[in-house]
Amino acid sequence: MSLGRRDFLGLGVAAAAGVAMAPGVRLIELVQARSPEEAASALQRWGLRIDTAKCTDCEVCVTACHEENGVTGHGRPATDAQWIRKVDLRDKRTGHAQTLPLMCQHCEHPPCVDVCPTGASFKRADGIVLVDKHTCIGCRYCVIACPYGARSFIHESVTDQKPDVPRGKGTVESCTLCVHRVDRGETPACVEACNRDGGKAMVFGDLNDAAGELHQRLRKEQSSPLRPELALNTGVRYQHL
Amino acid sequence: MKSYREMMALAAGVLAASLMAAAPQAAAETKVTRVPLPTVKIEKGEKCVEPTDEMRRNHMNMILHQRDETMRRGIRTTRHSLKGCIECHADPGTHSVIGKDGFCESCHTYAAVRIDCFECHSASPRHSGSGHQSAAPGPAALGEGKQRVAAAAPAGICAP
Repeated sequence: MSLGRRDFLGLGVAAAAGVAMAPGVRLIELVQARSPEEAASALQRWGLRIDTAKCTDCEVCVTACHEENGVTGHGRPATDAQWIRKVDLRDKRTGHAQTLPLMCQHCEHPPCVDVCPTGASFKRADGIVLVDKHTCIGCRYCVIACPYGARSFIHESVTDQKPDVPRGKGTVESCTLCVHRVDRGETPACVEACNRDGGKAMVFGDLNDAAGELHQRLRKEQSSPLRPELALNTGVRYQHL
Repeated sequence: MKSYREMMALAAGVLAASLMAAAPQAAAETKVTRVPLPTVKIEKGEKCVEPTDEMRRNHMNMILHQRDETMRRGIRTTRHSLKGCIECHADPGTHSVIGKDGFCESCHTYAAVRIDCFECHSASPRHSGSGHQSAAPGPAALGEGKQRVAAAAPAGICAP
């Protein structure tokens, strides 16, 4: 039997369509909790949506973050580490005030990673931007490069770290999106605290998961990144800003 | 000329005699050594994740490999992780692997190898109670530590 070119192509298309339509076969795999042996995957991209209209004048996200990650200060605001902070915005003409939590925005194109001379600042496959403190030399280029001021340098010796969150003098650190919790299938501490004790302003999820709450809400409701002109494609997006 | 058998018996006798003579001497050496030996106390579990000889020689390579796997790729298996070591080897009294009789530190002191892990990593297991209580920041400390930043209003809304 000989197949003409058209017949052959036609058969190929039909076969491909059959595979795509077959039950149990998906073009994009659904998101599931990872097992500990499994590496973070680029199929996922973790992100946050923060509704500034619901963000009240509380600090539960900040408290929960610093509690979860063992971020303690020395009572010196100029140099103490901050993983998340509340920022108050006020329109000088109208007096309209807003408040929002600001932390590492987990950019798709992170400037902190671009400038790092040792490769310590890196983006994980699932979009979480982290500092590998084993290779961080404390040069602080990333602190300067970050347009959101999200990074902190640890100036003083640290004791009583949390087992999940190593921290040490001479390295740079920032919000990890509670990567140790995310890898266990939990949500970041700030989101959990906001939804429990705060204004329920935060939603955490996978930006790539079309069925997930985060994806659905971002598709239906208007939101924007901070400083969109930088085109960093941040993983954290704000509403009603 | 003595037979082969006799020679072998003689050799075995000499060997046994020399061993018996050496044994008390070796024991005495262990006792009177000027270098304090490490205290290796195994508190938990029947055996380690790898044979003891392998662990003594290569544990640093295992945790170095696991470190990169966990940090960079998010693989969180506990077989060769530092946290796994601490879970088993933390002293039940101090909840720590460092300190004078700590599992890690006593050996590293003996070998004169500086141990950097615990500059950043907690030396206590996760639910030990120790470390957690002191690590929990009081509300006052957080209040002082936090910094409110007044940012400029977004441009373009009411610009003159």
